[in-house]
Amino acid sequence: MECFLGIDIGSISTKGVILNSDGVILASSYLATNGSPMEAVKNVILELKEQIKEEDVQIVGIGTTGSARKLIGTILNATVIKNEITAHATGTLFYYPNIRTIIEIGGQDSKIILLRDQIVTDYAMNTLCAAGTGAFLSSQASRLGVAVEEFGPIAVESKHPTNIAARCTVFAESDLVHKIQMGYKKEDIIAGLCKSVAMNYLNNVGKGKKIEGPIIFQGGVSKNIGVKKAFEELLGEEVITSKVGHLMGAIGVALLAKRSPKRTTFQFQFSMEEFETKGVECHRCPNHCEIISVRKNNKLIDSWGNRCERGELKIRS
Amino acid sequence: MKKEIISFPHLGDYSVPITYFLTHTTPHEIRPAPKITKQTLELGSKYSPDYVCIPFKYNLGNFIESLENGATILLQAGGGCRYGYYAEVQEKILKDLGYDFQFYSLVDSDHFTVSHMFQTFRKLNPHLPFLKFAYYALLTLLMIFYMDKLDEIIRQNIGFEKKPGLFRKTKTEMLETFSHTKGFLSLTRAYFRYKKKFQRIEIRSKENCLRVGIIGELYTAMEPFATYFLEEELAKMNIEIKRFTNVTYLLFLKKWKTRGMLRKIHRYCYYTLGADGMDNVYRAKYLIEEGFDGIIHTKPFGCTPEIGAIPIIDKVCKEEEMPIIYFSFDSGASDTGIKTRLEAFYDMIQAKRGRE
Repeated sequence: MECFLGIDIGSISTKGVILNSDGVILASSYLATNGSPMEAVKNVILELKEQIKEEDVQIVGIGTTGSARKLIGTILNATVIKNEITAHATGTLFYYPNIRTIIEIGGQDSKIILLRDQIVTDYAMNTLCAAGTGAFLSSQASRLGVAVEEFGPIAVESKHPTNIAARCTVFAESDLVHKIQMGYKKEDIIAGLCKSVAMNYLNNVGKGKKIEGPIIFQGGVSKNIGVKKAFEELLGEEVITSKVGHLMGAIGVALLAKRSPKRTTFQFQFSMEEFETKGVECHRCPNHCEIISVRKNNKLIDSWGNRCERGELKIRS
Repeated sequence: MKKEIISFPHLGDYSVPITYFLTHTTPHEIRPAPKITKQTLELGSKYSPDYVCIPFKYNLGNFIESLENGATILLQAGGGCRYGYYAEVQEKILKDLGYDFQFYSLVDSDHFTVSHMFQTFRKLNPHLPFLKFAYYALLTLLMIFYMDKLDEIIRQNIGFEKKPGLFRKTKTEMLETFSHTKGFLSLTRAYFRYKKKFQRIEIRSKENCLRVGIIGELYTAMEPFATYFLEEELAKMNIEIKRFTNVTYLLFLKKWKTRGMLRKIHRYCYYTLGADGMDNVYRAKYLIEEGFDGIIHTKPFGCTPEIGAIPIIDKVCKEEEMPIIYFSFDSGASDTGIKTRLEAFYDMIQAKRGRE
């Protein structure tokens, strides 16, 4: 059976799916990136392999997205390397063709995508700060001594969410400590944190954007029902979350690989050890381009990052 | 008179005509700032106020590298926004750093006059006759005008060249030729020769190609390094580019066009917005009417005139459903983030085109 592999390598987590030609998910995996995208992708592929019968599945298209899309795309010899925005929009439209707004909050970035008639009409990504992303929530969780996964259920119980000054992660933390010392209840503080994530998102990323229903909420943070509830209260509209919301980027890019005419072959017996990446600083001029080179068995397969031919020559020699 | 070394900051390729002018009107050696690199920006940011707009940081970095390179006279211009204060502040910062140099600001106020310019150059060369000054000023302006004309042809076609790099190579050649101009006749001849050359470069079919307009603040529009080579990236995506801002526009067209532009966008603006703010509202409207596929707006982080213009531009674009993307550049920006957004922008306008 012809199948398609989609991998989304984010800053915090790495997601992988295998779709068959009808777009049905045959296998999926969600693992922490832990700062090592190659290791994470290796483990994701291993997990995917365990979920399928290898002789039934023949991977003919590979797509990569996320911040390490180029690196992993080069290593896996991907047929499609796409940005996260297009990947998310494609994945979401497959399941929810009528969707108008996609709210996506991941580990370190958040984005909004507006669609009309199944076409992206506008989008934005957070530009400056991690306040209002998953990283913010997990750092506050460790301070409160609560697992971030439990945030949602705790937050929903609160009747009076505490207001937390969450304009900036650093200030939010000091305000949080202050509120704890003042004697606010833990669930109120957690609910306040969830609310502040939603507020921050709408004031930053969603600023000036016309948010219309149906709205879907995706990314790792969408698993937190506290934030979902906060969004519903702030927007006054129902917010959909999907069981596969965290995989949407990977699904989208697998679908894009399916639509692309390019085909490839892929072996699951695949070792990452052959590959080595190396960052070199070119010293041919004061620009000091950081050149990344990818080697397979010590043979250069690709390099990027150089601004001029001089850097290229250096890497090839 | 002691032989001095004159230097000035970069703005795109305009160092060629400026060097030409200075070589012919002053007895000094002309040494433009070393090419902008990451080091320029690092140096500039290190000694600039943190919240100043990014052209200031580039200019200051240019100056420091120039001084390290032996310059003894520095030139700076000025304009209708914070740019008007650059010269004084930069001179002070550099003097505080302990450099020894002379500093000349060519434009002291918004209304720059020929006689004021002449007075400044008289300081650089006390024996400069007015006629000689006027002759080379006109010749230099014509050179800038021709450069901008040819640039327009390049921008329309560079995304489609069959042999990659040919436009760029020809342009380097053209700048070299221009820098050896002997007079009006030889300049005009060179212009027509290169115009033909550019038009003869083989390109792929441009039928149904995507067309994007670049609007926004002037430095980020004209200095490719400041936008991480945005135009090059667009060319790689096979997009035809339209850009309005160039020196010809700023020096001549702007003055003539302001009233007409205001009349055209009367619904949105009664007054100008400072610097190129109102111009950009007009350009957005123009690009919509001309059926372009998308607009890219660039500005340095904290650029006040553009911040005033953005809500209006946004309104114009929302009304007409025109895709627009805003980029704000500062010293901490990463080119990866810009590439991701640009790729998504490309997908967006491509999909919109497919639907129509």
